[in-house]
This record gives sequence, structure tokens and C-alpha cells, in this order.
Amino acid sequence: MAKILMKGNEAIGEAAIKAGCLHFFGYPITPQNELPEYLSKRLPQVGGKYIQTESEVATSNMIFGAAGVGVRVMTSSSSPGISLMSEGLSYLAGAELPAVIVNMMRAGPGLAGILPAQSDYAHATRGTAHGDFELIVLAPSSVQEAVDLTILSFELAEKYRNPVMLLGDGMIGQMMEPVEFPDVEVGPPMKAADWALTGCKGREPRLVSSLFLDPVELNEKNHERFARYKVIKDNEARHELYNCDEPYDVLITAFGVMSRVCKSAIQELKGQGINVGMFRPITVKPFPSEQCSAAIFKSKRVLDVEMNMGQMLVDIQLAANGKREVDFMGKCGGLTPSIEDVIESVHSTLAKIKGGVA
Amino acid sequence: MRKIFSHTEGMITDPMHYCPGCTHGIIHRLVGETLIELGIRERAVGISPVGCSVFTYKYFRCDMFQASHGRAPAVATGAKRCRPELVVFCYQGDGDLAAIGTSEIIHAANRGEKITCIFVNNAIYGMTGGQMAPTTIPGQRTSTTPGGRNVAEDGFPLKMSEILSQLQTPGYIARVSMHSPAEIIKAKQIVRKAFEYQVSNTCFSFVEFLSTCPTNWGMSPVDSLNWMKTNMLPYYPLGEHKIPEKHEGGSR
Repeated sequence: MAKILMKGNEAIGEAAIKAGCLHFFGYPITPQNELPEYLSKRLPQVGGKYIQTESEVATSNMIFGAAGVGVRVMTSSSSPGISLMSEGLSYLAGAELPAVIVNMMRAGPGLAGILPAQSDYAHATRGTAHGDFELIVLAPSSVQEAVDLTILSFELAEKYRNPVMLLGDGMIGQMMEPVEFPDVEVGPPMKAADWALTGCKGREPRLVSSLFLDPVELNEKNHERFARYKVIKDNEARHELYNCDEPYDVLITAFGVMSRVCKSAIQELKGQGINVGMFRPITVKPFPSEQCSAAIFKSKRVLDVEMNMGQMLVDIQLAANGKREVDFMGKCGGLTPSIEDVIESVHSTLAKIKGGVA
Repeated sequence: MRKIFSHTEGMITDPMHYCPGCTHGIIHRLVGETLIELGIRERAVGISPVGCSVFTYKYFRCDMFQASHGRAPAVATGAKRCRPELVVFCYQGDGDLAAIGTSEIIHAANRGEKITCIFVNNAIYGMTGGQMAPTTIPGQRTSTTPGGRNVAEDGFPLKMSEILSQLQTPGYIARVSMHSPAEIIKAKQIVRKAFEYQVSNTCFSFVEFLSTCPTNWGMSPVDSLNWMKTNMLPYYPLGEHKIPEKHEGGSR
């Protein structure tokens, strides 16, 4: 299939269809509106259903209902809306249902701003909602990668019966880039699941529930879930190493679109005779800790760059394990650190290496 | 000897957890019988709420969800829109539907979701120990209105059937009562009608049951039924509040 120029939000919508997702529930919020708008037009063309909801709370419970009857389902929102979806995310995880949730992050907290940010890394990877569960969280850095990871999101959600979040910094949704889709009109439907509520004809009735009042049973359920999460961490963690073949003193860590700015800075630094490596987690949950540690230990010092106040920093510090210092440079509120900002921060980190500053 | 009464195949015969004198058991049975009479048990999906009827999933012999507090109509929307061949019903109490879930029920009704909602109104939060509900009667004493519901501060009880009947979207909205066998027989016909409207893909359907809570009202089951008849019926008029045939706008 030839490449076409597409806006990120619309490309994610099309990618969902290519993954065989024909059901979308959503509530308008900037900066993701192009995604539901696209699907409201596109889904009926391929026999699918688009439903505009009354709130993100309702949305998260509608996708709970849709996932529970064994169909592929997606929603999208942005930061404040994702906060409201926390309820449904916890119930999806508790009832072990597959669903894909897109978060085109904007600046926070509160109503804050509508410009791109990486303000929900901590919410997505740690404090999503009540209870013991983990999301799988994928963070694309280009429109093409957003397409590929959308398709992967559905695969992972179904394989592990776990909700998956596609975590894009608003820019991913808003920018246009050439993309290529799998050469299918609509992906195949979800395989018949032995847990889905499809009517009990010819079998015993089924239950989709997150309620376990017996503490022993709930303890076991949660242990099972985290054993499954360990498998996900061992098999599904994805990352990118950039410019890490040549020796480097400074390793930059960044995710999403921020990594693209860092790449440009790394190219400019090359011109100055400075080799800087970069580690980018593609799955921010599970975080590729071992791979990150390996890249960190080849450096003398780390510079973490984010469009927030340092939400991924703790994961980088854990990977550094006290053996390397980690500097942080971030902007938020809708500002993005520039190439010049990154270069300046790299020089500052280099100065600390030379000066022996802890 | 001829057997003239038995369990309905629409329900599981395990003992229920409801308090003595509670009418949930009868309401369950009316729904269970309807699933069998209409031949829809094998394509039915029910949704349990949060509240006294949280364990509803243990009693119906069909596929069941357990939903979060107040969101059963949203869960039902997700299920029904994705598998329209299913017969989807919600079973909710007054706190679940008329307080935390007000938004979900109004919008599900307004979208004309082809689902059936069973709403049990006993004017109190039962599961949590008898607090004021959105449907608590003016002056009614509860654990959080020790002096009786004060309408100057708490407002008047919500009449959900009347509220939903205001919507332009066609729907079937009825209120029934559990205070006598005659009323229970009438209620059965209305439950059946509500499910038939879904099966024929006609409209959203909603049946409000006036019910009791002997435990939290602090009365015997018989006194509770009498109290309900005296105090709830005047405020919550029974009958079909809305039928789709009489409404303009047509079916979707």
C-alpha cells in the first residue's frame, strides 16, 4: 500500500479499522477530536459503530460493556478525560477485559491547557486508578509508529486480556506525516472468546465481574494478574537506541515526540564533535528497565528530557540504580524543549562530568 | 399429584442473600419468568449494579455483568450496540440509578438504547445501612436524615419515571408496586411488555418498582408494605407513564 499523508489522530482511527476494531465510544475533547470525527464518518462505511457518549465516565463503562461481549473496542480522549475514565480502566483490568484507550496528552493539572504535553506519564504508568493492576502503555514518536502501535495495542490487549493505552503527546495527534497501512480494508474480527457474554445458548451462563469478596480469591486473582504482567514485561518491552554504537559520555533519555527533538540535537552535537546516545522506551509500561540500564552503564551521566516536570525520571533513576547521576531538563504547560535547549543541557551535563559534580 | 408452582428456569435456585421481607426476590422472579416466557434467556445479558442487588448475577440463569456504581446503562449501551442480537437488561436500585447514575440512565434513555431497565425504588440506601436516597420521601427518617428528609436542604425526591417520560425519544416507561399480589400480577405484565419492546427493537424500556426495606425502615415486612402503600404511592403514581405508540418521532 502506498504512503499517504495523514494527520496523526485520523491515522490512529484508520489503524484501528485495519486492526479489526469496528466499535468506538468517545466524548469530545481537544486535542483528539479528529480521531472520533474521522471514525464517525469511517466506521459506518465498514459496518462499524460510532457512539458519542455523555461523559468519559460513561465512555469507560461503555467500552467495559463492549469488551465484555467480546468485540474489539477503542476510545480516545485527552488528559482530563482520561482522569474521568479511571473508573472504567480499573474495572476493565479487574474483569480482565481487552480494550484500547488513546490518550492524546495535553498540559495539566486541572483544566490547564490544550497544548501538547507529556503530563500523564505517571498517571498512565503508575496511578491510573484504584487497585492492583498495570496498564500496558505504548508511546509513539511518529504518526507511522502511532499506526503500528495502535495495531499492536489490540494484539496485546487480547493476548493478555488487559487494557492497553496508546500514550501520545498531543503533537502526535495534530501533526501530518506520510503513513503506510497494512494492505487490508478491515482487519479480521476478534476470535470467539470463552469468557465473552454472547448469550448462554448451549453452555452455562458466564459472568464478567471485578467483584471478589473472598480475600483469598482476590489475593490469588491479583497475584495471577501480576504473574501475567511479568510475562508481558519479559516479552513485550520495546525500546529504541539511537546513536549508541559509538562511545558516548552522555545518554539522553526521552519518550514520544520529545525523542525526535533530541535526535536533531544529537545530530547537531555530532557536528560539534560530541557523541551523545539516546534511549527511548516505546513501551513506557512495562518500562524496558534492563535495556535502559545497559545503555545507561555505557555512559558517564544521563540527561532525561521530557515535556513535563520529570515524570519518567524515576524510571530512569531506577534503571541507573544509583550508579549514574541523572540530570533532568523539562518544559511543560504546552512548551516543548527546543533543539537548542537540549544542546545546552547536554553541555551542562558534560560540564558536570568534567567538574566531577555529583 | 400435579405440580402447579415451581422455580423458574430463568433463575438459579441458590438461596438469596436478601433480608426477610425484601421484595427484590419477587422482582427477580418476575424478570426470570419473563426471560423464559419470551424464550430469550439464552440471548439475555443482565447487568448487576452496586447496592443491595449487587449479587443479582448469582440469581439469573443467563450471562451477566457486574458493573460499577450507577453505570449499568452505559455498560448495557456498550453491550447492546456491539451485539444487537442480545437482549440486554439492567437491574438497579435507587441510589445506583437516581443518584450516582442519573447521567447514564437519562442519556441511555435519550439515545433510545434498545435495553430494558429494572429500577427498584425503596426510598433508601439498603446495602450501606439505611442512608437517605434520592427517592427518600419528604419527612422520612433515615440514618442520615435523623429528623426526617428536609426538603429545604435535601430537595424533593426524584421521580425517575416522570423525568424519563419527558424525553422526546420514544420509550416505554412504567411504575409498578410490590404491595399486594394483585399489583405483582400487574407488574409482571408490565415487565413482559418492557422486554417485548426491546425484543421487537421498538424502544428503550424502563420499569420502576416501588419496593420496601423492612431492615432499614425498622418495620416488619407487613408494616413496610403498608407504609409503602400509604406514603410512597401518593408521591409515586403507578401506571404506564409513557408508551412509544403515543409518541411522535418514530423508532430509529
